[in-house]
Formats: sequence, C-alpha cells, structure tokens
Amino acid sequence: MKIVVCLKQVPHSDARLDINGDGTWIQEDNLKFEINSYDTYALEEALRIKDAGEAEVVVVSIGPDRVTQALRTALGMGADRAVHVNDSAVEGSDALGIAKVLAAIVKAESPDLVVTGLMSDDGNFSAVPPMIAELCDMPSATSVLKVDGANGSLTVERELEGGAMEVVELPKPCLLAVQTGLNQVRYASLKGIMAAKKKPIDVKTAADLGVGDQVGAGAAKVRMEKVYQPPKGEGAELLEGSTDDVVGSLMNKVKELGLL
Amino acid sequence: MADFQGVDFLRLDELLSEEEKLARESVREFVSKEFLPRIQEHVRQDGSFPMELVAPMAELGLFGANLHGWGCAGMNNVAYGLVMQELERGDSGLRSFASVQGSLVMYPIHSYGSDAQKDRWLPALQSGQAIGCFGLTEPDFGSHITAMRTKAERRGDTWLLNGTKRWITNGTLAEVAVIWASTDDGIRGFLVERGTPGFEARDIKGKFSLRASVTSELFLRDVEVPESSRLPKAEGMRGPLSCLTQARYGIAWGALGAAMACYDEALEYSKERIVAGGPLAGKQLTQQKLVEMLAEITKGQLVAWRVGRIKDEGNLDFAMVSLAKRNNVDVALRIAREARDLLGANGIVDDYQSMRHMMNLETVRTYEGTHDVHTLILGEKITGLRAL
Ligand SMILES: Cc1cc2nc3c(=O)[nH]c(=O)nc-3n(C[C@H](O)[C@H](O)[C@H](O)COP(=O)(O)OP(=O)(O)OC[C@H]3O[C@@H](n4cnc5c(N)ncnc54)[C@H](O)[C@@H]3O)c2cc1C
Repeated sequence: MKIVVCLKQVPHSDARLDINGDGTWIQEDNLKFEINSYDTYALEEALRIKDAGEAEVVVVSIGPDRVTQALRTALGMGADRAVHVNDSAVEGSDALGIAKVLAAIVKAESPDLVVTGLMSDDGNFSAVPPMIAELCDMPSATSVLKVDGANGSLTVERELEGGAMEVVELPKPCLLAVQTGLNQVRYASLKGIMAAKKKPIDVKTAADLGVGDQVGAGAAKVRMEKVYQPPKGEGAELLEGSTDDVVGSLMNKVKELGLL
Repeated sequence: MADFQGVDFLRLDELLSEEEKLARESVREFVSKEFLPRIQEHVRQDGSFPMELVAPMAELGLFGANLHGWGCAGMNNVAYGLVMQELERGDSGLRSFASVQGSLVMYPIHSYGSDAQKDRWLPALQSGQAIGCFGLTEPDFGSHITAMRTKAERRGDTWLLNGTKRWITNGTLAEVAVIWASTDDGIRGFLVERGTPGFEARDIKGKFSLRASVTSELFLRDVEVPESSRLPKAEGMRGPLSCLTQARYGIAWGALGAAMACYDEALEYSKERIVAGGPLAGKQLTQQKLVEMLAEITKGQLVAWRVGRIKDEGNLDFAMVSLAKRNNVDVALRIAREARDLLGANGIVDDYQSMRHMMNLETVRTYEGTHDVHTLILGEKITGLRAL
C-alpha cells in the first residue's frame, strides 16, 4: 500500500503577520513557518495506517527552500520519502495551478490513498483537495473525522454542519481531506529525526512534472487582488457604567439579537 | 500567551544543523503542549513528577539521546544540549529527570558496564520501563566526596555495602541505583536493585526548590550484591566525575532554557503592564534590565555551543564544562530574580513561571558542583595551585 500525503508549510500560528509592500500577500521575510495544522492530522492518519500494516508514506510539498524543514519534520515523524516541488515558476498559482502540480505527482506515484488537510491555515480555500481528486479521476471525501478498513474499500465518517456525521464508503484509490482532531498527532522523535537525515527528498520543477505551462500567475484564473486588515472598531459597542448597568444592557442586547 | 519561540538575537541558528534545529523544535512543542499544562499541579505538591509523561518522554527519545546503540538516538552533543535547554525551559525538574536517567545512570553503564549489564539495563532505561538514580552525595559529604563514608567490602564473590546517600534525584522511583562506594582499592560503582534486602529509599520533603522532582535519601545496611553488579571498568574518582562532566554539560544548556523562559515572560509582561501612564517596557530602567538579560543569554548560548562543538570533536577538558556550567547557571539565576522583580506581585504566584525557575536554579547552582567549587576547579586550572 502506498499513501501520498500533501502538506503545506504555512506561517506559524503565533507569528506576527504584516502585509507586504504591494498589498497582495503577507510579508514572509524572517517569518517562522510550520506545517499546516490540518496536514499534520493527515500525516498522522497515514502513519497510523502504516503502523497498523504495511504502507509506504510519501509526503509532497510545494514551496521554496524553507519547505525542506517541514518535509524533514514529516520524515522525522515516520514518512518514508518526500517530493519537494521547488520552482519559482509555480509562485502566483491559483488553487487549480497548485492542484495540477500535486495531481501530476499523484499520477506518477499512483498511490492507493491520498490524504490531505481539509484546508490551509493561511489560504482557507478548501479548494485544492477536491481538485486533485477530480484531476486524478478518483473519488474523494472532505471533512473526514474517522477512517476505517484500510483494505478493499474505506469507510469514513464526515463531519456535517451542526455536529451531524455522515458515513460514506469509497473504493481505492481515493482522496481524503481530513478535519483537525481526528487523531492525536505524534512528535518527531529524536531517533526519527536522526533517521530522517538518510531519507530521500526528491526535488522537482513543474516542468519535470509536465505541467510547466499550467502554473504560475500567468495560468491563474484567480488573482490575489488585495490583502488588507479590516478597519478596527467597526461594529463594536462599548458598554459603560456600573457592573449592574453593563450586565443589564448586555442582557438586553443578547435578547434583542435573539441569541437567548 | 503566545507559544515560546526561543531567543536568538545573533542569528545563532545559522550555526546549527537542520537536525539540531528539528530536535529543539520537537522538544519545545512537547514541553509547551504536554508538560507546561501539568507543572502547576506538581509544584503545588511537595516533590512529585508527572509520571504519566515518562513513557512519552522515552518515545520522544529523551533518555540517553547522545548515546549510541541500545535504542538511543545517537545525537551529537549540540543537539543534546538544545534538548536539555528546551526541557529546562519547562522546568529544572524535567531536565533533571532526563539528566539523571541519561548522563548519570545510562552513561556509566554504557561507559563502564559489562555487556550483560548493558543489555539488561540500557534498553529498559532508554524506553522508560526502568528509572535509575545516581547515589554519590552523602549527608556529610557533597563537594568533598572523596571522603565518602559508604563502604563496599569484598566477601568472596559478593560485596557488602553500608552507608547513606542523600539528595538523590528519583531515589524512591528507581528500579536501579548507581551507588558509589569506597573500597580497599578506591572508589567503585555498583548497580543496586530496588528490593535488595537492606536497601531502602525515603523521600525528602519540604523543598522550596525542584518541587516537580523527587529527591530522596538512600539507606544501605549490609546490602549484599554479587560481583556481577559492580561496574567493571569504573576505577577511582574518574568514574563518578566523568558522569558529572556529562550532566554538567547538559546543565550549561539547560540553565539557558530557564533563563529564556524568564526573559520571555518578563518581556511579554512588561509590554502589557501599564505603569505611570505607559507600558512598563517603555521605561528606561526596565529596558536596561531586559537588555542585560538578552546580552547574558546570548553570551551563554555562544559558550554552550562552543563547548558542545569541542565535545563532539572529542577534545573536551572538564574545566571547560566548569566554566560553562558556572557561568550559565549564574546568569540564569540572576535573570530569574530580575524577571520575578519585573512581574511585581504577580511574580510571586505560580500562575507565572519566573519565581519557580528562580527557586529551581538555587538547586542547579548547588548540585553538580557548586558555583564555588567550579570557581576553584577553574582557579586550579589557570594557576596550577589547588585551593579546593
Ligand atoms: C534537589 C537536589 C537534587 C540532587 N540530586 C543528586 C543526585 O541525584 N545524586 C547525587 O549524588 N547528589 C545529588 N544532589 C547533591 C548535590 O550534588 C550536592 O548538594 C552538592 O554537591 C553540594 O554538596 P553539599 O550539599 O554537601 O554542600 P557542601 O559541599 O557542604 O557545600 C556547602 C557550601 O560550601 C562551599 N564549599 C564547599 N567546599 C568548599 C571549599 N573547599 N572552599 C570554599 N567553599 C567550599 C560550597 O560551594 C557551598 O557553598 C542533589 C542536590 C539537590 C539539592
């Protein structure tokens, strides 16, 4: 069994974010990065399948040199090898461009299972995973909170609005986009980190993958127009007076809004 | 408060390999997520360690991380030091647990043990299935341990051990104690198992310092152990002293972790705390204190890093470790006191960490060679005249 895990390196959740000079993205210099939280659960789920039986886990990521650290961490946690698409031509791609690169890797690897996070902490699109599945012509399930039966078909539980769950069955190969919290993510052990030094990271360009003309700002149908901080204070009302007054007016507000 | 992100003013990360940085990050996250949420509860109890973390710590590879074989990670000494730094960023008790297990119990078995002793104990200690302790100090002798009273007398194929060891970390938790005793041929080391008749451990209560750590007294009354439990390659004071060099090296890094935690807390607190119409951090006196902390941490990092690289080259002189331990613990204690002061009244409660680190560092200043003992070791090194 082979499992491909797609992971993205995103700014650390505690990092101070400033908007870049031309207002199209955040300032990335001197920023601390980490693996997208959703993707850590995707990797853990793949590693659990590996621990329970026999599987090769291949981690895949797109991004500049700094992404090596995310991949080494994943290898330290127990992934077997990595593919790193390090190509400035991919910069400025929209979700479809990214999905085309990842789909090209998935096709080349022809795994039994692709596991991704449901969304990325920075972009929040949730677009790439279903696109990969479509491009590879495989069934997919999103918002996965439980995975059962690694042999034959897979039974997965999906989280719906309002806390309801949906159970679906998928034949393999398929793609699962997982929700956070479906497992407890392990730490990269010191032994794992030592072993990761010897595991291969295969560096590729979009052209190597045959999608050189389908990526980058030129091929993108969605363009980042503007990133901005919403103006502060709007919509906020400061309640003043004694504690009793404040509690009274707060209760009135809550009732007014029909929240109780 | 935001997650701890480390202190790196002089871009010292550029002196570190990828694996060294990854080891640090992994342990940092473990300490933030698993250890720190538990510390308050254990500090409020008198001398207790979060035992549920022993198995996860072992899984992470924290026991004997710089040793090779028997399941150990085999990391270099800088990576090992960074791991100790991150553990002590959590608490000196957490770092002590790993130091004792790795440097004071696994190291002597690894260096001076027989093959049978290694096979029996190293995998169990590495995996946390067995906990060990190191019995050198006695009620009447700490710094001048060559005068130790604990005796081992040879009786044919067995040894008879008599004496008392005091201030022994993890004494009551240990399945195996490395006991140093004097014999007719000088000091020798013995592996004494829990439950051996005549061997008893009792905890020392009422500590102001290292409260999240178990400290015990060991009593040996006519304890009979076979010759096969003696560490065959440990002869004289070199045995225990070489263990101490290992542990002291880890402490030189560990103290920086405690210092960083205090600096980080003082910095964040003083930016938020409003005094006399503005943030405390905006006052000249505060800035001087914070800058002093940063400068000392940065110098300490360079000292620890350099000693680590020399250790990896195999050219370490124990006096270098004395300089690193002495300096880094001293500055860490000053930083902790200053940070506690900056926090005002909040600084005296256990919702904040600086006072806990400050109290812990009083122990760290005393154990593994007191500050003054390291001064005298260095004094002898540079003058050639022994004053200790
Ligand atoms: C929490 C804790 C955990 C510990 N864990 C362990 C453990 O696991 N195993 C173990 O074996 N030990 C352990 N120790 C013991 C520790 O190593 C000793 O306390 C230390 O070596 C100092 O010895 P002492 O307490 O007898 O002090 P002393 O040696 O009596 O020193 C008292 C003072 O005299 C000074 N002094 C000593 N000699 C001289 C001199 N020649 N000239 C000038 N000044 C001098 C010292 O610097 C110090 O200020 C632990 C201690 C503590 C507090």
